[in-house]
Amino acid sequence: MEKGKANIDYKDAVITIRGLEKSFGDFEVLRGIDMDLYQGENLVVLGRSGTGKSVLIKVISGLLKADKGDVSVLGCNLNTITDKELQELRIRIGFSFQNSALYDSMTVRKNLEFPLVRNRKNITRTEINTSVERVLDAVGLTHTINQMPSELSGGQRKRIGIARTLILNPEVMLYDEPTAGLDPITCIEINDLINEVQQNFHTSSIIITHDLTCAKSTGDRVAMLLDGQFQRVGSFEEVFNTNDDRVKPFFEYNFIQ
Amino acid sequence: MPPFEIKEVMRQCYETGVRSFTLITFTGFITGLIFTKQSRPSLLTFGAQSWLPSLVSIAIMRALAPLITALIAAGKVGSSIGAELGSMRVTEQIDAMEVSGTKPFKYLVCTRVLATTITIPILATYTGFVALIGGYLNVATNEGTSYTTFWEQVFEPLTFVDFVASLAKAIVFGFTIGIVGCYQGYYSNKGTEGVGKAANGAVVTAMFLVFVEEILIVQIAGWFR
Repeated sequence: MEKGKANIDYKDAVITIRGLEKSFGDFEVLRGIDMDLYQGENLVVLGRSGTGKSVLIKVISGLLKADKGDVSVLGCNLNTITDKELQELRIRIGFSFQNSALYDSMTVRKNLEFPLVRNRKNITRTEINTSVERVLDAVGLTHTINQMPSELSGGQRKRIGIARTLILNPEVMLYDEPTAGLDPITCIEINDLINEVQQNFHTSSIIITHDLTCAKSTGDRVAMLLDGQFQRVGSFEEVFNTNDDRVKPFFEYNFIQ
Repeated sequence: MPPFEIKEVMRQCYETGVRSFTLITFTGFITGLIFTKQSRPSLLTFGAQSWLPSLVSIAIMRALAPLITALIAAGKVGSSIGAELGSMRVTEQIDAMEVSGTKPFKYLVCTRVLATTITIPILATYTGFVALIGGYLNVATNEGTSYTTFWEQVFEPLTFVDFVASLAKAIVFGFTIGIVGCYQGYYSNKGTEGVGKAANGAVVTAMFLVFVEEILIVQIAGWFR
């Protein structure tokens, strides 16, 4: 499926990052990240394994604390945010984990209900059922409602993981390696789903990947993370129209190999 | 702070309490039976086998019942908590809970610690009862002591302090097993190796602490006797 035209408001940044630094011991992972994610935009962050892509979205979601720099998400500065505010902010952010992170002791239905029941006070059973059916329908897996995560395929688990984040109607979606470990056909399905989520749920998204097909088909903008910094930011063609030896092999491996 | 997670606490009580019932029954009964059998020759030397019910009762109620229950719970419940939370940590399920606006510490840790703190004293009381039944069977078979006489002699040497100390021990043991299991699991890392270490660490640390607490509480209870 071709990516439809996104309705992006380039005056309204939902995430703003300036001078973000993060280290683990002596290892500097992020060394001064500057980034804006605009309303309605899909921003793809590309980079090799271990370059800090996942660390970036974990900082954005508040799972990790930045060592230096300012991170503002939906108008909240993560440096000064209280625990209660962070919890409220997280309800507005959807995080799709690399391995889906489904609660393996719960059925698909319980997985989807969990965030809803815990964050929406006084919600009725009918409203819960309607929301569950709506997100399952959005990811095309209505028939799996009573299955356990262990009974699902890798692609289905990814989809249910995305459905679980959609149930709270997030404004921002963070996808961590959405196509990692999947076959090419399922990858295309997941890419289409990411685009459908952008269109139908009006989300702004950061997609962490090293899969260029995913980057090309889902990204409105692409940012190349190298040596702890964004070295190239722009459209897919702009990023790869370069002789930079650190960028070219990436493109050649994905599309020529 | 609400929500109080009552449903999850009840579920954990079922997991830690009801699911340990068969093992506790078996172990408690055998302990009472064997302890009585092994104590008889020593008392026979002094012609004091009529003191057997009192001896068994003091040993079981003051020390063995809470201790045996705690050791079994450390092995069964502590390792299970450590492995479950460890597995949830390495598969990012705890992170997933956190980013969906749920406090995993409250939902996963507080509920489990509360459940072990509630159920282990109940299990310890039950263990004591079953162990005494085991003791009674042995005494009745060998000395022909009646049921009523046995229970009279069982309660005769016990004081209020014994019951309070025993209950306090079981509560402290329950809390320790829960908190150690949760700590080991919640802060585990290094993939599947970490899960194994969490389960193992939960058992070893909890057992060690249970013995240390046993010594301390026995000392403290001694001041009130």
